[in-house]
Amino acid sequence: MRLAQHMAVASDRVRATAIEATEFPDLSRAYRVMAVPKVVINDRVQFEGALPEREFLAAVLEAAGADATP
Amino acid sequence: MAILNARDEQAVRTQFQQLDDPVKLVVFSQSLAAADLCVENEQLVREVAGLSDRISVEVLNLAIDRDRAEAYGVDQVPAVVVEGARDYGIRFYGVPTGYEFSNLIDAIIVASTGEPALTDETKASLAALAGPVDIKVFSTPT
Repeated sequence: MRLAQHMAVASDRVRATAIEATEFPDLSRAYRVMAVPKVVINDRVQFEGALPEREFLAAVLEAAGADATP
Repeated sequence: MAILNARDEQAVRTQFQQLDDPVKLVVFSQSLAAADLCVENEQLVREVAGLSDRISVEVLNLAIDRDRAEAYGVDQVPAVVVEGARDYGIRFYGVPTGYEFSNLIDAIIVASTGEPALTDETKASLAALAGPVDIKVFSTPT
């Protein structure tokens, strides 16, 4: 969540939501959370575990790029 | 009974010395949904806010304050919106204890300073984003 919330402050386009998986079992099921932390970006790009900043950014750009594709 | 012990409070007070702009923590609760968790969430947020005069708290009801909930994009409880000079889009769903507690404190600080700890390369890439980016981070307290 740390990188996500810093990215939210850096850009008006970015929103960061932390979700406590055990308190929201329906959401966790919907996003197939099997391990934490699990990050889901634009409901398309996802990964488990903490990534370094460069790789996290690459995932953000991949998700943003996917959205831009018609 | 307090959720934070004296040692937690002292550690957070020290971190809060970095605060700059005021921060508002907007708490969404709903007595009919997850009542115990909402009570715990409100208490935790109030205890945290009590550690700095830069932090204020507003408690809203998801069922009653529907316009505000919609404006914030909040549809679950318990929830906390961390707002600095503007709404940066930072939300916490669930009581932010354990691992999420340190993220809440970090969110308050970065929302207050408006200075994300990111490389210039990352900031430049984010500044060039053409569309919205929604990042969900699922975690557990331990």
